[in-house]
Amino acid sequence: MKVTLFATCIVDMFQSSAGIATVELLERLGCEIEFPESQVCCGQPAYNSGYVKEAKEAMKSMIDTFIDAEYVVSPSGSCITMFREYPHVFKGDPVWEPKAKKLAEKSFELTQFIVDVLKIEDVGARFDGKVTYHTSCHMTRLLGVKKAPMILLSNVKGLEFTELPGKEQCCGFGGTFSVKMAQISEQMVDEKVMHVEETGAEYLIGADAACLMNIGGRIERQGKPIKVLHIAEVLNSR
Amino acid sequence: MAMKIGTDNFKERVGNGINDSFMRGAVAGAQNSMGVRRQNATEELGNWEEWRSHGEEIRQHVLENLDYYLEQLSENVAKRGGHVFFAQTADQANEYIKGVVAKKNAKKVVKAKSMVTEEISLNATLEQAGCTVVETDLGEYILQVDDHDPPSHIVVPALHKNKEQIRDVFAKKLGYQKTEKPEELAWHAREMLRQEYLTADIGITGCNFAVAETGSFSLVTNEGNADLVTSLPKTQITVMGMERLVPTFEEMEVLVSLLTRSAVGQKLTSYITVLTGPREEHDVDGPEEFHLVIVDNGRSKILGGEFQSVLQCIRCAACINVCPVYRHVGGHSYGSIYSGPIGAVLSPLLGGYDEYKELPYASTLCGACTDVCPVKIPLHQLLHKHRQVIVEQEGKAPISEKLAMKAFGLGAASPMLYKLGSKVAPAAMNPFTVGDKISKGPGPLKAWTDIREFPAPNKERFRDWYKNREKGGKES
Repeated sequence: MKVTLFATCIVDMFQSSAGIATVELLERLGCEIEFPESQVCCGQPAYNSGYVKEAKEAMKSMIDTFIDAEYVVSPSGSCITMFREYPHVFKGDPVWEPKAKKLAEKSFELTQFIVDVLKIEDVGARFDGKVTYHTSCHMTRLLGVKKAPMILLSNVKGLEFTELPGKEQCCGFGGTFSVKMAQISEQMVDEKVMHVEETGAEYLIGADAACLMNIGGRIERQGKPIKVLHIAEVLNSR
Repeated sequence: MAMKIGTDNFKERVGNGINDSFMRGAVAGAQNSMGVRRQNATEELGNWEEWRSHGEEIRQHVLENLDYYLEQLSENVAKRGGHVFFAQTADQANEYIKGVVAKKNAKKVVKAKSMVTEEISLNATLEQAGCTVVETDLGEYILQVDDHDPPSHIVVPALHKNKEQIRDVFAKKLGYQKTEKPEELAWHAREMLRQEYLTADIGITGCNFAVAETGSFSLVTNEGNADLVTSLPKTQITVMGMERLVPTFEEMEVLVSLLTRSAVGQKLTSYITVLTGPREEHDVDGPEEFHLVIVDNGRSKILGGEFQSVLQCIRCAACINVCPVYRHVGGHSYGSIYSGPIGAVLSPLLGGYDEYKELPYASTLCGACTDVCPVKIPLHQLLHKHRQVIVEQEGKAPISEKLAMKAFGLGAASPMLYKLGSKVAPAAMNPFTVGDKISKGPGPLKAWTDIREFPAPNKERFRDWYKNREKGGKES
């Protein structure tokens, strides 16, 4: 199966390890990976701040980049949610709405793709350690992917799972919210870190690099001995 | 604006909220317990999503045919001998009610909880006119006794106070001498209020749902105070937002079920009071005179526009009870009697962007509010819509942000520019980088690094790794 990888700008620039793990994992599962160089950002930072005109420029570029793919897969629930929103953003546009629809229909978040498209529930991974998992808001609520990461993690050998208390609560990232409303964001991420600590987990796992950057950044600032990993890295370890 | 509370600016309000540990403890505790109760009450129905869709259909149908149903309601109220007044503004509503009070030479008014009367500042108007106003909902009563502390939640107005604080307020203002036990506090309030009902000249209530077909008004309470407010005083005034109606009792039943389960996690509240006009000959109780005041106050401007769905709201506060921002800042931070996600959408519409331009940004767009809304208002999308209006139509976004977003538009749309930018990023950030992290970031990054570490950009970007690997074969 041919998979066109949408790495996301955060992974490209800050968390390449999650991108590398995604490539290796999907190849191991029998996919042929393609990475179009012309990919940029999904447009979410501008879109969510209300700059729809500016965001549309990025979106058009992304649509052109991925339009001919068989499947588009990304290690980010939030960025795929943005792709799935494209038809709504271009509603009424005779040229771009149909293209946006075409892209949205074949775009999948990584764990969603493995479970729903590849129909694989056990990726044959081994990971020794006590972990907890942060359910990112866009991925669970807007994209509706709740079970896939749980199914995949439950089949990882050696992995000891503990549920995160208050898991439905946002970590306080929210894109520009994290700097625009820094006061509030701090309280939110503090409560999240407190809950992560309560679990006694050695690792915090998530499927969205942005949330992990937020929670991980706070954990690091507080000097807590909790490591933060993208789910692709856990599923790729053997 | 009458719905405005306090004089502090947004940042000060949020700071006060965050530093109020009493309030935060009370709010977090309430959110946790209400969350579980709501969950249980909705799951019990088995097909909650169908109920939500049904609720949405009913509300949308009413909004699409609002003129028809308002006319039907008015006719049926008039047929029963009631008086109907349509107030375009808060002032008009207040003037009308003041007129009724003057005509009746009323000295005392008892009220059942009503957000719309808070919105138009009815109490202050009547008090200025020399009339005593007594709130009979326990939460509202506590706030009123505490020098008119504003509500911080649309269903549980005194949520920001704990029982010890309430005991102290009662002791100071009412001479209360017992403990902080809720039963004792409630009993005291009950004794005080009983006298007020018996001596009041006029009863004023809000309205959960007006029933157009019969000209009836329903009030949902757990204390039964609306029963007393609507049956003891000789004159009754019901004040309603112009969108708060349903075609028949059949739809009311659906919405009441959605309301009580979403608001307090109950199948039904202890009381659902329904009032239909003034008393008739065979009635044993009820008012002799009935007035209906229908309040527009900015609602008709929302109707037919891109924010119309906010008028579907049935004021259950489920969105407030799950909101992670409300959790940490509390209701008063919103600067409006309408707080939480619904308040952040509604306040700028009713009170203007000048007063409430920060509220749409005080959200991570996490979608928790949209998920729980029993009538499917896309709250987080409406918050996003506000941001778009602020940027594109109101021109109220900061210049620095506009420039940054313009640069984003250029950079993100051009793979060449993006590639170049991301390639030079590690060098650009080098002066701020220690090891693999940035602890003191420049410009907007400072707000991030004041709180958390920011990762240094990868020296080898993912795309570089991929390119090298392709060159060197699969086993790089």
